[in-house]
Amino acid sequence: MTAAGPRLSESPAGAVVASLLSVRDIEKSFPGVRALSGVSFDVAAGEVHALLGENGAGKSTLIKIVSGVFPPDRGEVIVDGKPVNLNRPDDARRAGVATIYQELLLFPELTVAENIFMGHAPRAGFGRLDWRAMREKTKSLLASLDIHDLSAERIVGALSVGNRQRVEILRALSQDARILIMDEPTAALTEYDVTRLFDIVRRLKSRGVAVIYISHRLDEIFAIADRVTVLRDGAHVATKRVADTDSAQLVQLMVGRKIESLFPKITVPIGEPVLEVKDLERRPLTKKISLSVRAGEIVGLAGLVGSGRSELAQTIFGVTPAEGGEIRLAGKRVEVRSPAQARALGVAYVPEDRGTQGLVRPMTVRENFTLAALAKVAFGGFIDRPSERKLAAEGVARFSVKTSSLEQIAGKLSGGNQQKIVLGKWLANQPKLLILDEPTRGIDVGAKAEIHRLMGELAAQGLAILMISSELPEVLGMSDRVLVMREGRIVAEFSRAEATQEAAGAAMMGSALETAGEAA
Amino acid sequence: MTATTFPRAEADPRRLLRAFASQEALLAIAVVGLAIVVGLDNPRFLATRNISDVLLGNAYVAVAAVGMSMVIVSGNIDISVGALIGVLATISGTLAVDGAPIFITWMAPLVVGVIIMALQGAVVAYLRIPAIVVTLGMLSILKGGLISVTGGKWITDLPENFHLADIELFGIVPMPVFLMIVATILAAFWMRYSAAGRAIYAVGGNAEAARLCGISQRRTIVMVFALHGFFAGIAALLFATELRVIQSTVPPNLELTIITASVVGGVSILGGVGTVVGSTLAAVLIAEIASALVFIDVSPYWIRAVQGVLILATVIADILRRRRMAGV
Repeated sequence: MTAAGPRLSESPAGAVVASLLSVRDIEKSFPGVRALSGVSFDVAAGEVHALLGENGAGKSTLIKIVSGVFPPDRGEVIVDGKPVNLNRPDDARRAGVATIYQELLLFPELTVAENIFMGHAPRAGFGRLDWRAMREKTKSLLASLDIHDLSAERIVGALSVGNRQRVEILRALSQDARILIMDEPTAALTEYDVTRLFDIVRRLKSRGVAVIYISHRLDEIFAIADRVTVLRDGAHVATKRVADTDSAQLVQLMVGRKIESLFPKITVPIGEPVLEVKDLERRPLTKKISLSVRAGEIVGLAGLVGSGRSELAQTIFGVTPAEGGEIRLAGKRVEVRSPAQARALGVAYVPEDRGTQGLVRPMTVRENFTLAALAKVAFGGFIDRPSERKLAAEGVARFSVKTSSLEQIAGKLSGGNQQKIVLGKWLANQPKLLILDEPTRGIDVGAKAEIHRLMGELAAQGLAILMISSELPEVLGMSDRVLVMREGRIVAEFSRAEATQEAAGAAMMGSALETAGEAA
Repeated sequence: MTATTFPRAEADPRRLLRAFASQEALLAIAVVGLAIVVGLDNPRFLATRNISDVLLGNAYVAVAAVGMSMVIVSGNIDISVGALIGVLATISGTLAVDGAPIFITWMAPLVVGVIIMALQGAVVAYLRIPAIVVTLGMLSILKGGLISVTGGKWITDLPENFHLADIELFGIVPMPVFLMIVATILAAFWMRYSAAGRAIYAVGGNAEAARLCGISQRRTIVMVFALHGFFAGIAALLFATELRVIQSTVPPNLELTIITASVVGGVSILGGVGTVVGSTLAAVLIAEIASALVFIDVSPYWIRAVQGVLILATVIADILRRRRMAGV
């Protein structure tokens, strides 16, 4: 922007000069998880640098550190050659960093101008807001990005997503941001808005703004970025010039990992179909889905976040009942209108979000274990304590839950043990079909291995398992068959033998490589 | 670790210790401790007459707090209960003065209480409107309606056999105390051992998880409110039959005293945690403090401030406890 102008004219446009922002050897851990281990990365003025990685690779953690949401455990952030301490978002703002998150942080009731200058509005005397200056500045900001379909007085709540995003960008520029971070900016945009966004990004680039661009969409990275850095499991994998790489190589870098050693897959005889779904519809994210899962079979459902996997699971489980198509369980056509019905039909669903959907935190281990199977231990509406204790104790033993007693408050256990309880409570009901949504997200390696072992055992006992996971190695390692979802549809199917990281990854991304896997 | 090695609950010393440190135990100790301390200062505090006055005059608060505790455990709240008790007492008293059979005058507040509360529960559950808004509306309707209909007049000339609260079971146990204890024990047992009671804790503790487990959140909430209406009916009956007159104005802020009893009794305002034993003990403690203030020569108007301190201390302790739990 205006203040940034003179400074940037010193650097020759296009050439990659001294970096404007660099992070060195960043480490960050959360309880039980190492989110980043020794990540380094830099971006120069006038450069668009893309960050690429699977869900959980550490992209969000990295940008949150650069935005001052939380400080790193180790390592430093350098702006303009000087180390800076970014302990609060305000520190980052002062350093010239602005971040546009996926969920736009605007005030829907206020005008465009008010939103742009929220927190740093121009002042007239006696602390009054200088409305005229605010409008004028907004106008010149709009003009500087060649935006003509937006006025300073419009109420933000009435704007399209694309325009709201432009307001966020203007807001960043009004604070003289020199480093702009965009987290999946095109996730909710129409094609036209994507084109306009790219125009704006190019304009900013020519002005010398450094852009950190996070996206899952490979074609966008090739369209807009100069360099790309790939993260995997919290570590830096590679930084490439976009001109020197291609999508096949990037997918390989993103997902490449040794799989077989981690996931000991037991081969079990596959039986009759337990679940058959035909043309299942529930807009907007379940479109004409057909699939089947057989007894003893583990079917993996791969796809990016937002591809409709959890929505499909919830439709099968009756949380959001289907609007069309049919569901058959053990060959019989069924209508599933509620979770209670699904449960009665022998379906179990271990939800994605343990905290909000799975565990009743203030309840004891015993109470959580029997919550989905109260009918089995209650007689005439009253719970028989000895039966209940027995059922819970069996679950604790079977799932090796580490707890001091059955009366322990479940919320106090570690994430892995909580997950085992959520998984275990459904098996108390002896279901025929188990739907697992991200069964090992956010738990440590040991607990993860145990859950994988249990899945193998359950399949061996004839349970049909449908597993959703954003970790491709987990999907490939555990599944007999892999289905890939994208934008609410199943776009590819692979047998265990055919399923490779590259093929599945390409189908997930919908990149040029997908034709190879689009046999389904 | 194998499951069979779990010690039985009663034998685990840590559990015993935990039970001792529970809200219920702390309240029981406070009730007895306060009696001793004030009694040492002024022995008349411990006279049978005073103890009985404190209990008789406040049993209805404890009974109403039983229902309130269920509502709060389910993740809701009801601020209409004070006004409802006034309306129910007036209905009962008016029927009695008009010569209705005593059985009818006693049943009416229970039936009307259940209906009005179940209605509110249905609005909360099915229209998904926050309970605080629904019950705030009902509070105004009931309070306004009562004053308009009665014109603020007290009901007098109640028939002698109307006075349920005067009955002494086995010649010694006053009815209000008996009902308070029975209501508390039955409700405690039901909350702890019935599948429906477990559903209340599940819905209040994590509504989404409960729903995925096949527990109907709506039915649970309507049930909880209906039960709360039943207990409010008993409370109204005790309130109506205790004195020779029924005031058309119930004690001001009665609903706040009832909510205070629940919260101080250890019921988490965030839902999912608490027992009715705790709320009954807290109701007794609050009544005891009010009486103690008189005996140690402090203006009884301080009782509101004391209630305020109690409620803030309990809620802060509860929130801190939860935060520690969530922080892992």
